[in-house]
Amino acid sequence: MNVVEAIDLRRTYKTTTGTIRRRSLEVEAVRGVTFSIAEGELFGLLGPNGAGKTTTIKMLITLLIPTGGEARVLGHDVVKDARWVRERIGYVFGGDRGLYERLSALDNLRYFAELYGVDPRSQRARIGELLELVGLTGREKERVEGYSRGMRQRLHIARGLLHDPPVVFLDEPTIGVDPVGARELRATIASLTASGKTVLLTTHYMFEADALCDRIAVIAQGRIVAEGTPAQLKAGVVAGTVVEVEVFGIEEAAADRVRELDGVRAATIEDRDQKQLLIVQTAPGAELTHAILSRLGAAEVGRVSSREPTLEDAYVQLVTAE
Amino acid sequence: MTTLRRSLRMLRVGWQMHLKMLGRSSFNTLLGIVYPLFFASVAFFMFRAGTDPKPLVYASLGAAVMGIWGTTSTAAGGAMARERWHGTLELLVAAPVHFALVLLPVTIAMATIGVYSMVATLAWGRIVFGIPVEVAHPLAFTLAVAGTVVSIGALGFLLAVAFVRFRQAWALGNMLEYPVWLISGFLVPLSLFPGWVRPISWALAPTWGIAAIRGAALGGAPYRDTGLALLLGGAYVLVGVVLVERALRAARDRGTLSLS
Repeated sequence: MNVVEAIDLRRTYKTTTGTIRRRSLEVEAVRGVTFSIAEGELFGLLGPNGAGKTTTIKMLITLLIPTGGEARVLGHDVVKDARWVRERIGYVFGGDRGLYERLSALDNLRYFAELYGVDPRSQRARIGELLELVGLTGREKERVEGYSRGMRQRLHIARGLLHDPPVVFLDEPTIGVDPVGARELRATIASLTASGKTVLLTTHYMFEADALCDRIAVIAQGRIVAEGTPAQLKAGVVAGTVVEVEVFGIEEAAADRVRELDGVRAATIEDRDQKQLLIVQTAPGAELTHAILSRLGAAEVGRVSSREPTLEDAYVQLVTAE
Repeated sequence: MTTLRRSLRMLRVGWQMHLKMLGRSSFNTLLGIVYPLFFASVAFFMFRAGTDPKPLVYASLGAAVMGIWGTTSTAAGGAMARERWHGTLELLVAAPVHFALVLLPVTIAMATIGVYSMVATLAWGRIVFGIPVEVAHPLAFTLAVAGTVVSIGALGFLLAVAFVRFRQAWALGNMLEYPVWLISGFLVPLSLFPGWVRPISWALAPTWGIAAIRGAALGGAPYRDTGLALLLGGAYVLVGVVLVERALRAARDRGTLSLS
């Protein structure tokens, strides 16, 4: 049974530019997204910033009304049966916001327990269980304003699970959390499906999706560009070679010239302290090192190396493809 | 648990939670000290002429209720703006409970904070300016104050609905602060206003609230006015409940819930 279904889901935002001469613009954030998530599955929606991940998730959790297509959770339409859906889903997002800073974690959880209709007789026990699950037992009476990013994030997860929802939406839950904290959070997320919940996770960390998800959909510019198990996605794109060139003072125009080469699948520039790293993904069998170097113009070239592609390269190739 | 009991519980817990949160703001505490002093001073300097203490008591009570309205009107918009800044507005909307049950306790908590302002205004008036306040009917006075707080909270709720829909609507709360206390007769008797203003005054619960409080303090008949304040408060809530669903639908349609 499909627990979450998105069928040709679309969302357009209207915005304006200018102060005196105001001009109306339409921005297509999601352009016909279709996927489904089976019961007990951990499904990843992977994409760069602005790809449409959060907009998609907000339509599924009833906070945004789609401008096209339809979406169902547990068989119910997210627009027509919004309240029914809200009772059965949990929503957790990443970042500092979404908590009452002047209140303690316990007060935050008590308030949200009321909002989600948790039986008053079982609230205390449920909050205790969740504090234990997210490792905040003993710190629950402290004000949230004194919490670290990781603690806040764990509190977010506890809040999203108060009413024991069968479906949980996690929107970039590890963003900004230190590596140790993120690892603990991933362990908590993994435990959710172990307890039978269906989870939709959005992230832009490829390794996170790879480690946690049963299936992944890669979203770029509002469209799903690839979908499958992590193994299927890797198999589809990891053939070829990656050439890395250390450069000083490279311009985007040079990267554009490299992209025009036959056999180049993607080229990106990453800043590394005072230098940059040009990462070029090439097709299998293509020997392009000299051709790439000849297109760098006046940029000073440092170390040049080639290696096997990683999953992250595969992701970059997917999201940068036209 | 029945729906009614659950709703009442939600109102109580929400009220307690927001009261706790408001009480922890040192800036609000500072304003809570300064504002009543300002209100008491206005009442004293406007009505100090003459030897009869009654006008002073009349004005002092009006100034005291100004505190309840002032706290609610400006803070209701601020509260919704704060929910937006904290990113909690979306979480409140995503909860399955009717949004009116989330919003109403916020404004009633603010009106409750206003009771402190009322007491402080009367105390400042007594201590600094020697304005005596003797309550003729203590029980009726208590009921009148409670009814006024609830009805002003309900009016704040109606305003807060606009704050959910329009991000900049907090300015509306600030704009309405002075006209409402003026035409509700907090300081100036309604008889001084042109006839066309009176129907507007009658439609405002604070008009009946202050009349009830004055009636109870000065020896009049306050129960009818308390009832009218509560009745209007109930009407504001009903209208607000209908409008809040529309406001939320429009905000979800336009994608403005996450904007601060």
